[in-house]
Amino acid sequence: MSKTLFDKIWEKHIVKQIDNGPAVLYIDRHFIHEVTSPQAFKGLEKRGLKVFRPEQTIATADHNVPTIEQHLPIQDELSRLQVSQLVSNCQENSIELFGLGHPFQGIVHVIGPELGITQPGMTIVCGDSHTSTHGAFGTIAFGIGTSEVEMVLATQCLLQNKPKLMRITINGKLNESVLSKDVILHIISQTSASGATGYFIEFAGSAIRTLSMEARMTICNMSIEMGARGGMIAPDDITYNYLKDKLMAPEGEDWEKARAYWKTLFSDADAHFDREIVIDAADIQPMITYGTNPGMGIPVSEKIPTLDNVSADEQTSFQKSLQYMGLQAGTSIKGTKIDYVFIGSCTNSRIEDLRLVASFIQGKQKSPDVIVWVVPGSKQVEKQAITEGIDKILEAAGFQFRQPGCSACLGMNEDKIPAGKYCISTSNRNFEGRQGPGSRTFLASPLTAAASAITGKVEDIRDWMNPSSNKQKLSAAFYE
Amino acid sequence: MSNHQAIQIIKSTVVPLPAENIDTDQIIPARFLKATTRDGFGKNLFRDWRYKGDDENQPNPDFILNNATYKGNILVAGKNFGCGSSREHAAWAIKDYGFQVVVSSFFADIFSNNALNNFLLPVRVSDAFLEKIFNRVNENPAQEITVDLATQTISIDEQTNEIFEINPYKKECLLNGFDDIDYLLNMLNEIETFEK
Repeated sequence: MSKTLFDKIWEKHIVKQIDNGPAVLYIDRHFIHEVTSPQAFKGLEKRGLKVFRPEQTIATADHNVPTIEQHLPIQDELSRLQVSQLVSNCQENSIELFGLGHPFQGIVHVIGPELGITQPGMTIVCGDSHTSTHGAFGTIAFGIGTSEVEMVLATQCLLQNKPKLMRITINGKLNESVLSKDVILHIISQTSASGATGYFIEFAGSAIRTLSMEARMTICNMSIEMGARGGMIAPDDITYNYLKDKLMAPEGEDWEKARAYWKTLFSDADAHFDREIVIDAADIQPMITYGTNPGMGIPVSEKIPTLDNVSADEQTSFQKSLQYMGLQAGTSIKGTKIDYVFIGSCTNSRIEDLRLVASFIQGKQKSPDVIVWVVPGSKQVEKQAITEGIDKILEAAGFQFRQPGCSACLGMNEDKIPAGKYCISTSNRNFEGRQGPGSRTFLASPLTAAASAITGKVEDIRDWMNPSSNKQKLSAAFYE
Repeated sequence: MSNHQAIQIIKSTVVPLPAENIDTDQIIPARFLKATTRDGFGKNLFRDWRYKGDDENQPNPDFILNNATYKGNILVAGKNFGCGSSREHAAWAIKDYGFQVVVSSFFADIFSNNALNNFLLPVRVSDAFLEKIFNRVNENPAQEITVDLATQTISIDEQTNEIFEINPYKKECLLNGFDDIDYLLNMLNEIETFEK
């Protein structure tokens, strides 16, 4: 019988199928961080339990860490306590921790892939909704709550109902200056912020196949923003090339054996999906969001919809969103004044993102009216950026190159956007107050964000892309 | 053993919150996730809608939790409730505030799991039924709603009710006060065999 990529991995991890109920799903890799794990460890302690398979859990501190002066004690007392509790929980339970100051510390969804911990065919969970990122390697990866973190710590298993399956196929060649961030914002604007709830998505098609692993991660990362449990992409040579020689990837004979298995991980030709969406790559333009959920996106060159273009049941939330954002229906978003630019988060903080931004910004200056934060996804990304001189290019343009963490994506640390201010952000959520109480977020690609930093207004990256030289440089940095 | 109280029948007035796409950042903003226990999140539930200028001394009179007319342990919200972050703190905050049931016409997956794992019952109703609840409560804030888990029924009155769905395994757990960890811990031998 023909099977989907999802089915092949799912079936291999079922310990038991409960009649009329969920499956007991075995979890290969479990990532934890300081914010959603302390209560799980407390739960274990209360039940007198030990961590069942400590070698399959990997920890880092990312959500609640400062992005400057990381060598100093964390100033905020609660944050410091939370991070120190992660340290002691890991010590007491023999869990490997890439904590603050460690050369592998970083955003959990950046470090897993870059260390080769994330590998095709695995089941991966973390108490963070953007765990879907790891699906780019052909894994079943999804976010869980703290009670589920406790279950995985206690038993290395979860009770899960099999989701429905959706395939999103993007055929053709992407337009110039369209990045994978634009692809996923386009998809979410078509499906809505809840359009994939109950589904697990497989992204397929020729446009996906040409993307680098980092670009694929950006797409899978935001699957959750349309409500999906996760998103995945079948592994191919681009995946194997990325993983080869990564620190924790298999070596020698083990590598060959693993790769032979990975090559079986694809959806069979006539495999059944509960829902199929086909998109023409040529229809995708540089995107930006104007509202307060990631589904409220439009091409940067287009106008914000008017009320009559919004379905009747969405009109109230549409108006509420625009009111919060201080924007008018039917007006251009291009040219809107911005106050902050945030380049970072598990969506867009990898080395390719920083290279793109640096190659674009080189020799240019940010507007004096904006503050620009560039927050690398990990210590390794930071180190690589410094090796390549990216930090110098950014600083020369007036951008602040900071230290790794989740930062202004969720404003848990000091990196907050003040009330009423506009931020063009490469992160994943534009919810009310997401980047700080009263903050107003435009989600966009790293290139759109960088161009907007120069003028202090929302820019269409295509207006900046006429000379062929720049274009070639960008292509080389982005596509395999 | 689980510390949860079994759920059977809940009868209460309701707090209506008709906004759609209420995400977990609205339910509990990230800056309040620094605690390392499960308690006390209720005081920051809907923080940025509930207070003006991020100040607990300035309750926003327009927000429903600050309106003494509406109280009860059933929260009724617009569709796609709980989207966004996986933070279980959202379910903890709602439960800690005193709600036992959340009614909506659509729930985000992770929120739904988190709620069930905390014995906070998410009840999914049709758009039409949701509308009926909002209308009836609007006419009469003292209107009570009954949620009966055993029969999977939500009723406004004897004539106006709807059956809701729940996974049979989860229903047993909630009716009996068991949780998933209890179940999984009983399976450790099978899990070890599977690993080989």
